[in-house]
Parts: sequence; C-alpha cells; structure tokens
Amino acid sequence: MSKIADNINPHVYEKNSEREVTSTELDEDMEDEFDEREIYDLIRNINDPEHPLTLEDLRVVEESNIVVNNKENTVDVTFTPTIPHCSMATLIGLSIRVQLLRALPSRFKVTVRVTEGSHASEHAVNKQLADKERVAAALENNNLVQIINQCVAG
Amino acid sequence: MAKLELMQSLNGHKGIVWNVSWHPLGKIFASCGEDKIIKLWSNECQEYTTKTVLVDGHQRTIREVAWSPCGNFLASASFDATTAIWDKKSGQFECNATLEGHENEVKSVAWSPSGQLLATCGRDKSVWVWEVAGEDEYECESVLNAHNQDVKKVVWHPTLDILASASYDNTVKMYKEDPADNDWTCIATLISHESTVWSLAFDKTGERLATCSDDRTVKIWKEYKPDNQEGVMVVDRDSVWKCVCTLSGFHTRCIYDIAWCHKTGLLATACGDDIIRIFKEAEDSDPNAPTFELICTKLDAHSQDVNCVKWNPTGNQELLSCSDNGEIKLWKFTE
Repeated sequence: MSKIADNINPHVYEKNSEREVTSTELDEDMEDEFDEREIYDLIRNINDPEHPLTLEDLRVVEESNIVVNNKENTVDVTFTPTIPHCSMATLIGLSIRVQLLRALPSRFKVTVRVTEGSHASEHAVNKQLADKERVAAALENNNLVQIINQCVAG
Repeated sequence: MAKLELMQSLNGHKGIVWNVSWHPLGKIFASCGEDKIIKLWSNECQEYTTKTVLVDGHQRTIREVAWSPCGNFLASASFDATTAIWDKKSGQFECNATLEGHENEVKSVAWSPSGQLLATCGRDKSVWVWEVAGEDEYECESVLNAHNQDVKKVVWHPTLDILASASYDNTVKMYKEDPADNDWTCIATLISHESTVWSLAFDKTGERLATCSDDRTVKIWKEYKPDNQEGVMVVDRDSVWKCVCTLSGFHTRCIYDIAWCHKTGLLATACGDDIIRIFKEAEDSDPNAPTFELICTKLDAHSQDVNCVKWNPTGNQELLSCSDNGEIKLWKFTE
C-alpha cells in the first residue's frame, strides 16, 4: 500500500519471551487443552498492515486480552488499535480471525473485538467482524485475501 | 415429551451450507452454499439422495435458493451479484434467466404467493421487486432504498403482495404497491431489535411476523389494521406492526434463521450455538401479549452454527437444517 500510514510513528514495545515448554506438554500421554498462551503465539507474529512490525511489537494483541474456554469451545480475542482513528482496525481484526479460523479446530467459536474504548468506531468494527456472512463474502475477495495472507505470513 | 429425532444426515456440499428450501409439494428440496453449486434432493426408498446438481450458474457463494409457488422454477441468490432462475422446460434443470442489477452480494430471494413477483436484496442496501414479464423474462418493477445498511432477508406475505425485509440496520421494513401510481413504497418500519435482523417468518394468517436477530432474541409482531378494536393508532390507512412478545434468554449466540410452520404453528430457530429450538404458543395465550413456550432444545444439532431451518410445507413435522460444516439434516418432530 502506498498511502501514508495512519499512525506514522507508532510506539514499539519490547517482545515477550518465548513460551517455555513444560514437561507435561512434552508428555504425549497428557492431553493439552488450548490455552491463552497458545492462541497468543498464533497471532502475535501477524504483521501490521502499515508497518514492518508485528501485532506484538505494537501491543495490538496481548496475552491478557485473550480468553479461551475449552468446555464451551470459545476463543475471545480483543485487540487494541494503535490510534483511535485507525482505518486499518477492521483489516487487523479480519487477519486475526482468519489466522484463528485456519489454525484452530472448527469446533471453536472465535470472537474478535476491539478493546473497549480503544477505537472511535468500536461498535461498527465489532459488528462487521462478528457478521460471519460479511466475513465469508470478504474472504472471496482475492485482493483482500492477498493482503490478509501477507499480514498473517508474519 | 417433545423431541426432534434425526431421520437423515446428508453430506454432499463442501464448506458452508447456507440454505435449504423445500419444494412446495414437500418431496424434494434444494440446498446451496459456499461451493457454488445447488443440489436437488429427492426422496427415494425412504431416503433423500441427490438427483441433480446445478453447476456453473454462479461465480461465488450461493446464499439462498427459493422455489416458485407452482414448483416449476427455482431462484438462486449469489454473492456474485446475480440471481439465477432455473427451470426444467427442456427436460432437465437449466438456468434460463439471470437477474442483474445489484451492485454486489445478493443475500436473499423470494417469490410472491402468486408467483408473479420476485424480490431480491443485498449488501448494496437495496431491495428489488421484479415482475415475471413473460417466458424467461423478468422486469424490474422497483428498487427500494429504505434500509441504510446491508439487507439480509426478503420474505413475502403468505397471501398478499406485501413484502418484508430484514437488515443489518436492526430494522424490518414492509412494502406494497401503491395502486394510484403503481409505485412500491415502504409502508412500515419495525424497530425494536438491538442488532442485525437475520431472518423473518409470517404466520399462516400473515397478521403476525416472527423475527430473529444477532441480539439473541426472537420477536413476535402483530398487525393492527385501521380502526382496530384495540385502539392502536393507525395513520395513513396503512397497518401498524407492534412487537407484542420478545423471547429473550433462550439463545446464547446469534440467531440466523426462524421458521413458522403454517400447519402446526410451531416456531423453529437456527442458532450460532449449534442448537435447534422449537417454540409453541401457549393455549391461553393473549393475542395482544402472546406467550410462547420453549418445548424442545436439540443440543449439538450440528457441530457448527445452524444457518437455516425449514418446516416441510405439507405439515408432516419434518424439519430441515443446515450448517457451516457442510451438513444438512432432516429431523422429525414429535410432541
């Protein structure tokens, strides 16, 4: 994209440490349930659409903003756009949704939302991201899928 | 004890199955989805099997299929911005007309009770009314821009040429033709839902309407005609529709579809929590404040979102449903 970024000089945060693999996780006989850290690892390296930085670098996604409920098969992610007028918010949310749709078993219901109070059009962005018909239609748009794939490639 | 018993599980689509539609005689149905094909299923030897597959009609997802009241035509609405009309005049099903005009995704298509009119709606916020003008000819009668967001569903009144539409703008609107100038106008706006209205269904009289929404409620609306006994104010001689009942607390996620059986009066809902629910009106129900009871909850009806529910039009208590995981299921309801 050749347009000037919405947020020209975003704050870049320090990366989190890599996940520590515990002995129970290495034990093939133990059943590992999905947890917040695992979801975080799936989305932290998604690229920002405007900057050569990841969603982790910009603190758009944080482990503490992820809730996994294995019993109810739900994954709820909230993300925080770098500025309240970010025009890329829907695209970022869509990239997170696509990555989780592809990576998680189909039994999971994934909800992706903007962190409360972090965006001027919070309600409109959330409604758009929650509408699976519009998401399905968006994912039939090759140009858009290409952009999302570039973001997700990490 | 009321129960929904699985008669048959039908696989044959790849990806999301968005919609299923019974033929008016209730022995054949059509299905459509993400894989851009339409399948026609018919009942042979107590089981439904695919007799016909309609391919190459659409370039993108097929969102809805609808049979004409005579059962000779099938209309399909697609994300490719077109609506195709299929018929069997040559002996096998062929697409003999394509309705173009919507700017982008067509979300729904419906035939009027006479079969002389068709309605389509879509992402471009508009509702189109088409007239059957002759063999394989369809003329646009009206483009209605009453909604200010994506229009999800169009449904005709069961006996009159009155059209209802449901939208992402949280409202339902009704339209009819003004005999003075043959122009279609919006005659009512139904406001009460707090999020997208995904679907709607008239009861057999057409004097009541059920709507379902992303706000996780079902609402029942009643028509109050001019000079009604209840004393509800009616201006301009057009009926007023009032929400007389809200079913809340029953659904845990978005409700994608609702079906109101014209024979039994039972209401079925398709929900994003994978559950099919059946509601029945209480016997002592007050017409101006009706009571509906949840009489059946089919947990894990599908392993993913339920997108559509349809009662068999013959009233034999068969129910069709379809889901995101490519499955179609046929159920038998017993009370």
